[in-house]
This record gives sequence, structure tokens and C-alpha cells, in this order.
Amino acid sequence: MTSTAPANPWLSWDYVQTNWADISEALSQHISLTIQAVVIAFAIALPLAMLAHSRPRLAGPILGVSGVLYTIPSLALFAILAPFTGIGRTTVLIGLVAYALLVLVRNILVGLQGVDPEVTDAARGLGYGPARVLWTVELPTALPAIVVGLRLATVTTVALVTIGVVVGFGGLGQLMFRGFSSDYHAEVMTATLLCLAIALVADLLLAVAGRLATPWVRTGSAA
Amino acid sequence: MNDILAQAFVWLNDPLNWQGPNGIPVRTLEHLTMSGLAVLLATVIALPLGIWLGHRGRGGAFTVVAANTSRALPTFALLLIFASTAIGIGDRPVVLAAAIFAIPVILTNTYAGLRDVDADVREAARGMGMSGRRSLALVEIPLALPLIGAGLRTAVVQVIATVPLAALVGGGGLGPYIVTGLATRRFGEVLAGGLLVAGLCLLAEGVLAVGQHVLTPRPMRPARTASRRKRATVPALP
Repeated sequence: MTSTAPANPWLSWDYVQTNWADISEALSQHISLTIQAVVIAFAIALPLAMLAHSRPRLAGPILGVSGVLYTIPSLALFAILAPFTGIGRTTVLIGLVAYALLVLVRNILVGLQGVDPEVTDAARGLGYGPARVLWTVELPTALPAIVVGLRLATVTTVALVTIGVVVGFGGLGQLMFRGFSSDYHAEVMTATLLCLAIALVADLLLAVAGRLATPWVRTGSAA
Repeated sequence: MNDILAQAFVWLNDPLNWQGPNGIPVRTLEHLTMSGLAVLLATVIALPLGIWLGHRGRGGAFTVVAANTSRALPTFALLLIFASTAIGIGDRPVVLAAAIFAIPVILTNTYAGLRDVDADVREAARGMGMSGRRSLALVEIPLALPLIGAGLRTAVVQVIATVPLAALVGGGGLGPYIVTGLATRRFGEVLAGGLLVAGLCLLAEGVLAVGQHVLTPRPMRPARTASRRKRATVPALP
């Protein structure tokens, strides 16, 4: 069925050159969706995790609900959202934010809970109020865990954008599906590799940013 | 908005949707069969590999790389690549892709479970004259079971969640309700399909959690939540 008469290579530089306009459009859609989703999710997750941390009674329910929501498949989530938010960008964005949110809340909360109680005790002993402890002691100490959460959320979001194809807004997933439908191997493979590249670059950038933001982790005594 | 909810409700209550080869029971069974096959495939590969690597204490980097790559590679991409090769369209590429994405989950958990076994316990087994293999079978694997179980559970839920993608490459299961519904703009059906898949996932997660709890011998049950990562509890030795 495949690769009989005309050559249908998986990798083709020719394809990239002739279709660069298409590819760059899908690429920018993919990247902008990812960035938007992660930024919005972080803006919601940070206060939520801080709330769960300051009111431990809320931590259980928040983590429980996030765990349950996380088991809902992405395709099903888009399907549940699409009837209400229509077919298009909003639906994909809401779905992506929902998944990134869950990853982020979890990691930020774990980071905050991992702060040595003696450190917060010391801060309190120095006369710090609860808000000041949170902002100047607990959050910076939890920063490595927060960065890990951000990296995880970003990488999963990059992969998840492709499922947006069911509502017509899948970034590179759009190219993959078109390539599949027209049996154009190079299109599928190029989009796949670009997807991997975005995830890799984003992960690397966040890791470097995290290292720069937490210089004490490198020079500190224990790892 | 209520319109669509009503449509979904009507669709779910239509007896016609509950019978025949495209009915919900048949499709659900198909969905579960495909998922079971994928999990089985992944387990056959990942479980022995994880046990072996964990027992030997080697290959930690490999499991990490496998987990990270599988996170960055979209399932959808692999599915389409499989579907456009000799594997062909239909159910087969989905089962394969789902299995491949389940492997790192089972592998990392099995590996971590065996690695987390207290070195003192391992040494005690050796001290009692157990061979490496005997210690593995009688001491290390039983102690690693909670984490192995957690990995299998995660894998099952993840696979059930992945199988709906089959609809995009001409496969069966519950996915086609969603995809055809979207294509024909019958949003009631889309919503109903989404709810069915989500419900199936939550049900599977619940059933497996209870099952694992029941199967775990009492002394090995974690004090509070099931499957807390790390800190595998060491039972009081008689």
C-alpha cells in the first residue's frame, strides 16, 4: 500500500523548504498555545497552591480533585468542552490550562510542603509575619520544585497541543493529521520532530532559567 | 448550553444507542479489549525489564530517558506514524502506540520499587543464605509490589485514555462517538462520548485502587493514602 510507485520518504528537506510558510504557521500556533496555556495555568496554580498550603485542610480536596480531573482523557475533555466553547482555539486553550494547572498545583504544593519547618520557624522567630514567610522564605526555597513543575507542565503541554486537532486547532498536530490523511510521510515526520524539538528547547530554557534563579542550589552544601 | 446537555441526555437514553454493533456496550467492550491488549503488551516488556534493572541496580539513567522521551513525544504523532506504515489503520496502531507509552510508566515504577527496597532487608536475605534470585522472588519483589501496582494502575488508566484516539485512524472503541459527533456537529453525542470515556477512566481507576488495596496483605498497606510515591513501607517482620 505504501511506498510503491512514487518515493514517499519520511525525511525530506525539500518538503520543509517548499512548505515553510505552512510549517512556520503551525509552529507559531503550537508555541503560542503552549506559552499561553502554561502562563495562565501558572497564574492560577500559584495562588491555589499557596492557599492549599496556608490552609492545610484544603490541601486534600485540592489535590484530590486535581487527581480525579487528571485521569480524564484529553480527547474526552475537548469533547466535553467543545459543545460549550465551540470549535477552535478557546477550547484547546481551556483544556491545556486544565492539565497544566493540575501538574503545577501539585508540584508547587509539594515544594512548599518540603520546606524545612525549622527554616520557617527561624523566620517566624525573627519576627516575620505569615505573608512575609511565604514570600521571602517558603516560595524561594520551593523554587527548585516549582521549576520542575513548570518544566513538566510545559513538556506535557507541548505534546498535548497535538490532540487539539479534533477541534481544528492542534498546531503541529494539524500538519501531522493532514500528512497522515494524504499519506505524505515527510509532513508527519517533520511535524513530529518539530514537536520534539519544541519540547526539548523549552525544557532546556526552563532548566537554565531555573538554575539562574536559584544560584544557592549550586553553591549550597548538599545537592 | 442546557440544550446540549439535554441532547447528550437524550442520546444516552436512546435505546438504539445501546444495541447493535455500534451500541455503547459493544463499543465499551471493544475499548476495554484494546486497552487490555495494550497493557498486556507493555507489561510483558516493561515488568521483567524493570525487575531485572532494579535488582541489578543498573539502568537508572535509561529509565529516566525513557520516561522523559515518552513525555515529550506526542502519542498522536506516534499513532499517525504507525498508521501510515505497514501496521495499517484501524485498531492495531493504537494498541501499539498505547503500549509503547505505557512501557515507561510500568518500567520506572517497577525500577523504583525494587531500588527502594531497604538495603538492610536485602542484606538480611543474603545473610539468611538466600541466593540472589531467591531474595528477588521472596523478598524484593513482594516489597516492591505497592509501587509496581501503582505503575500498572497508572498505565491502565493512561491506556484507556489514549485508546479514543483510535477514532482518528479508523479504529473502534468509544472514540468514534466523539470524532463523528464533532465532524457532524452533533454536540450532544460528543458530550455523551466524552462523558463515557471519562467515566470509564474514573471507574477503572477506582476499581483498580480498591483491588490493589484488597490484594495487599494487611501489614503492607500504607498507613494513609494508597500508593504514596517513595517510602515503600517495610512490614514488621514476624
